[in-house]
Amino acid sequence: MADRYLEFVNSGLGRKLAGQLGLPRPAVLRRYRPQDALVPGELLLGAAQGGRAGLAELLAAGGVSVHAAPDPDTRWAALVFDATGIAGPGDLAELRSFFAGPLRRLAPSGRVVLLGRSPDGRDPAADAARQALDGIVRSLAKELRAGATANLVVLAADAELADAETAIRFFLSGRSAYVDGQVLTVTGGARPDAVDWTRPLAGKTALVTGAARGIGAAIAETLARDGAQVIAADLPAAGDRLATVANRLGGSALQLDIAAAGAPEQLVDYLQQRHGGVDIVVHNAGITRDKLLANMKPEHWDSVLAVNLSAQLRANAALLDSGSLRAGGRVVCLASTSGIAGNRGQTNYAASKAGVIGMVRSFAPTFAAKQASINAVAPGFIDTDMTRAMPFATREVARRLSSLQQAGLPVDVAETVAFLAQPGSGGVNGQVLRVCGQNLVGA
Amino acid sequence: MQTRRAAIIGGNRIPFARSNSRYAHASSQDMLTAALDGLAARFGLPGERLGEVAAGAVLKHSRDFNLTRESVLGSVLSARTPAYDVQQACGTGLETTILVANKIALGQLESGVAGGVDTTSDAPIAVNEGLREVLLQANRAKSVPARLAALGGLRPNQLVPEIPRNAEPRTGLSMGEHQAVTTAEWQIGRPEQDELTVASHRNLAAAYDEGFFTDLITPFLGLTRDENLRGDSTVEKLAALKPVFGTRGENPTMTAANSTPLSDGASTVLLGSDEWAAQHRLPVLAHLVDAETAAVDYVHGDRKADGLLMAPIYALPRLLERNKLSLQDFDFYEIHEAFAATVLTTLQAWADPEFCRDRLGLDEPLGEIDRTRLNVRGSSLAAGHPFAATGGRIVATLAKLLHQKGSGRGLISICAAGGQGVVAILEA
Repeated sequence: MADRYLEFVNSGLGRKLAGQLGLPRPAVLRRYRPQDALVPGELLLGAAQGGRAGLAELLAAGGVSVHAAPDPDTRWAALVFDATGIAGPGDLAELRSFFAGPLRRLAPSGRVVLLGRSPDGRDPAADAARQALDGIVRSLAKELRAGATANLVVLAADAELADAETAIRFFLSGRSAYVDGQVLTVTGGARPDAVDWTRPLAGKTALVTGAARGIGAAIAETLARDGAQVIAADLPAAGDRLATVANRLGGSALQLDIAAAGAPEQLVDYLQQRHGGVDIVVHNAGITRDKLLANMKPEHWDSVLAVNLSAQLRANAALLDSGSLRAGGRVVCLASTSGIAGNRGQTNYAASKAGVIGMVRSFAPTFAAKQASINAVAPGFIDTDMTRAMPFATREVARRLSSLQQAGLPVDVAETVAFLAQPGSGGVNGQVLRVCGQNLVGA
Repeated sequence: MQTRRAAIIGGNRIPFARSNSRYAHASSQDMLTAALDGLAARFGLPGERLGEVAAGAVLKHSRDFNLTRESVLGSVLSARTPAYDVQQACGTGLETTILVANKIALGQLESGVAGGVDTTSDAPIAVNEGLREVLLQANRAKSVPARLAALGGLRPNQLVPEIPRNAEPRTGLSMGEHQAVTTAEWQIGRPEQDELTVASHRNLAAAYDEGFFTDLITPFLGLTRDENLRGDSTVEKLAALKPVFGTRGENPTMTAANSTPLSDGASTVLLGSDEWAAQHRLPVLAHLVDAETAAVDYVHGDRKADGLLMAPIYALPRLLERNKLSLQDFDFYEIHEAFAATVLTTLQAWADPEFCRDRLGLDEPLGEIDRTRLNVRGSSLAAGHPFAATGGRIVATLAKLLHQKGSGRGLISICAAGGQGVVAILEA
């Protein structure tokens, strides 16, 4: 649904009026198109002493114009700071001095990417400084304007720089348009030798549940765009819309109620017979049955937990047990910011979505042992049929309650899923990535 | 020459709607295209060039002369997929399946789709025959005065359009009235017709509840189940209905419930060689073994033995003989429920020693069947019967039943207008 307010404040009159009245001024976000450059302009790269070698080369290989020295006249499309070398609180001043000037010259939809290291419990001063990056990036993201974002990539002790390449590219590109103020940890993992960055999912088979509409359809479309052969699954009752999605993507449609008895076995049989296995599974199907807990009926509670959580657990177990999830498999589960921050009237839904986060963390070591990964994506306020049904005022207020002052689009969630599904993203495992424009509610 | 058995890979249909209801504004082409698109989505065939698509409709607009090809062009299948129309009344869907399967068996095709569609809502209405004559005469006229003279022949009663009727041209009797004669001749009782009807509804409802149709149906225009289905129907409820056919005779038994309603819908079946299925990683549900058609002289023939809908009774012994099978050698029987009485007449005739001897030339009657194997997932009384779409519904349903069972044999019997009948054997 069109965001009329966003359109208005980006018109000549609207911009002036909003400025004078001090109204929020959401920007038109830069979103990824396959032909786009990774960074649409100049990138300034800084590093604390002892940082990772090879970052400049990695960026340059991505076709980015990398500058090592700030130039007062340059308008920066991205600012990247490697803080992996910081040893104590005193070193943090280097970030201040790096960012202070160039931040004023950050282009619309600019990108700030920080690189840090996981605290490892060896040196309290170093760990304190490493943790301090969280506070910096979350606050900086709130200060940025005009669609710019700030995110932090944390390297675990065993991670090489190359393990973080897909994450660094994701945060720099238009794919992460609505991902803001987030911290993502990367561990060492198996990586492919060569990556086709325009079709990173070529040759992969991907299953997307709840694919008939909204976020699920966008995920299916984005995975197909990135080269995957898509199996679009949804309830039989949504079969006509599902067929349209599948046919548009040159994929196939699977009518299946994932919460039904026997569904995991049916799913495994189907994947084995039709594709000999699966590389990417996106658990997107979900329902809401909102009620205050005091008024919650058993069927509202049970159905939400069954579809949103139990079905994912059972399907994952079946995929692992049957060996249908091929080596290097990627499972992405849709959580929600409701599961992180809570939401009135959604005890059942928040339980299911927080449960998904717990499930992902618990499965992660098992998946890692198979060179596979499992992660959760937590959408915030995304414009869908569901939000379209909200009362006008509630929707307008909710749309502005994030650092980017607007709702996300289904494609923003889809791009994040597609990033996690990449062969090179194996170092990201057991994580929760929010796609919420840094929603002001919750962590 | 080597032949092979054609594989039935799967099917797709749209839920059947009651006439002038959910699909009132959908054309045959809309429905057939939707069924093809759903089939393509299920089996990952968008952009795929198939060997051919054979389908048809009983009620057809003149503009739909190339209905199936036009539907293919409007679908996601490759535009390089050839297509043709077939019309054998209610036998159309099964007949197209036989045609495509035969070409596959001969090695002329690797893959193909059979299907059928019908609408009684968006039915063709033709110009009055008198008006048509006048207009054609005016068109042939060479001068303005001659044209005016021709048009001067117009009469008000010529504005009354020709509406298609569910009646046999040679007898003027509707199908229901024909069956009513047969029903009376064979003394098929009301309770047994109502029992068969209730079983059809109950079986179809159970099939939906068990998810049997999840990979056989794609919703259309908001309809997710066959609109005619009444899972809660009971013999007591049906007993209250007034007869609608044969009401001029004594003791009429055929009601709106134990006769199929007019309905709208489309169905498709995907067929291929085993090799083609394997190459595309598609399942083989069953194979088409053999088929036979027959016709009766219902115009001049015997009232009891040559009823309009009795031709399958004659087709079956020839099919069994050729395949060295008995009537009891089947795990499932799919006998199209044009009317409950049609099914019951068919079963009674096959078990009747006199009839089998005199009319089928058999020493022994074909015998009884195990009724628990009959139309186990419901049939036309519950699902509805969009004429040409019924064959595809039955073929896909039976193929899935056999696949679920793992192995076995199924019989299909479909009666058709014009005194025709088509029977076929599937095996898994």
